[in-house]
Amino acid sequence: MLSIENLRSGYGRIEALHGVSVQVHAGEIVALLGANGAGKTTLLRAISGVQPASAGEIRFEDKRIDRMPAHRRVALGIAQVPEGRQLFTPLSVEDNLRLGAWTRRASDIAADLARVFAMFPMLDALRHTAAGALSGGQQQMLAIGRALMAKPRLMLLDEPSMGLAPILVDQILTTIGELKRSGMTILLVEQNAHAALAIADRGYVIATGRISAGATAADLLADPRIKSGYLGA
Amino acid sequence: MAELLQFTFSGLTVGAVYALVALGFTLIYNASDVINFSQGEFVMLGGMVTVFLALGGVPLPLAALLAIATATLVGLALHRFAIETARGANAVTLIMITIGASIFLRGVAQVVFDKRYHSLPPLFGDDPIRFGGAAILPQSLVVFAGAVVILVLLWGFIDRTLFGKAVLATAANKLAARLVGIDTRRTVGFSFAVSAAIGAIAGFLITPITLTSYNIGTLLALKGFAAAMLGGIGSAFGAVIGGLLLGILEAFAAGYLSSQYKDAVAFIVILVVLLARPQGLFGRAKVERV
Repeated sequence: MLSIENLRSGYGRIEALHGVSVQVHAGEIVALLGANGAGKTTLLRAISGVQPASAGEIRFEDKRIDRMPAHRRVALGIAQVPEGRQLFTPLSVEDNLRLGAWTRRASDIAADLARVFAMFPMLDALRHTAAGALSGGQQQMLAIGRALMAKPRLMLLDEPSMGLAPILVDQILTTIGELKRSGMTILLVEQNAHAALAIADRGYVIATGRISAGATAADLLADPRIKSGYLGA
Repeated sequence: MAELLQFTFSGLTVGAVYALVALGFTLIYNASDVINFSQGEFVMLGGMVTVFLALGGVPLPLAALLAIATATLVGLALHRFAIETARGANAVTLIMITIGASIFLRGVAQVVFDKRYHSLPPLFGDDPIRFGGAAILPQSLVVFAGAVVILVLLWGFIDRTLFGKAVLATAANKLAARLVGIDTRRTVGFSFAVSAAIGAIAGFLITPITLTSYNIGTLLALKGFAAAMLGGIGSAFGAVIGGLLLGILEAFAAGYLSSQYKDAVAFIVILVVLLARPQGLFGRAKVERV
């Protein structure tokens, strides 16, 4: 579904991705692991089109998208839950969700709004509250809900558990599992490698802008190098 | 007492124009972090295009509409060809670009129009309305009513439509706006267009009172900027209050001190705000949890 070949990207003269190749098949959860600064966020930003690619190819359902502006990629069916949530903090919960559906001029937006509120009932009670006034966990749910409003086929999640209490981390991971069962394809960036590999089908390890390993989640969990480097064992 | 009332009225009239200029600053600043110093030229275009079309025999309402259209196109062109092409440049560079655009527009206006002062006939005649010993020009009320209508329309648009919310979203978090699929070039371009249109309306409304010429934009931009600073840059409400306040301060300075000090008020306001309260009276109160 998503095929990345030899992608290079950087900030100014500093290259952050030195030729990254990643495949994500329809219906999979693929985990992207790696230390801080390895290039995980840059990769997701390049897929969404908010970070330019200097070389290589990104294909989504066999269509080249690496030169396409960000808003057209959302319309094609790629939504991102960015690192640090990036909500529209002065706007209400409901407005954040409605803007999530910006690329769809469809009439069934009300139904999707109801579906997101059914998924995250606490957001329903807060629908007129400014997003900036929500707790960290609520904000993360809103960020996921906002991405869902775009009706994506591919969802990119960047560190969804960052800064959350363990019980909320479980809840977010359960939600991601539910999304997979509903047929969505997911590319997940996580610091918490154990948790990510527990729900993922496959995983890639990225180190200093290069893919250093790519295997099934079970194989990665068993790999002694991964164990010592990312699983703290 | 009659004097105080008189100064207040004339201050509010000019202040309404400052408020509209400050609002233009605010709209563009919020959408793109650019302080647009060619904001005053939009006001000049509003007045001058109306004047010259009217001189050429175009009926006044149509001339005014065409003036709004001209300024709007200039605003869009400014965004597309000067700001958008310098994307990623730092704030100082962008400010210099807008100052350059302002000088350019003034130069073009001087060639296309002329260097003289021009007026327009007031909408409801010249007979002042007497009120508590003070005299109000009917056109003052027109200026004020125009400002109120613009504010209500703008507020309704921003607060009640999804496109308006998208403009707010672009201002609040441009990265997130792009990630939900908003074409931020469009929303920022729209802010330039609306700012230009608002400036143009202010331009032809005020011309019957203060006259217009190719070079009125510079001082107006500085005063609008002072008003925006006073109200708190980025706050639309602050821009309006700041504009009215600056207008009244100016009228008082001119009336009670000397009219020679009138133009100094804006600069004193900028200095005082920067020293005492850089965020202005209504600086953005952020509801944010990190």
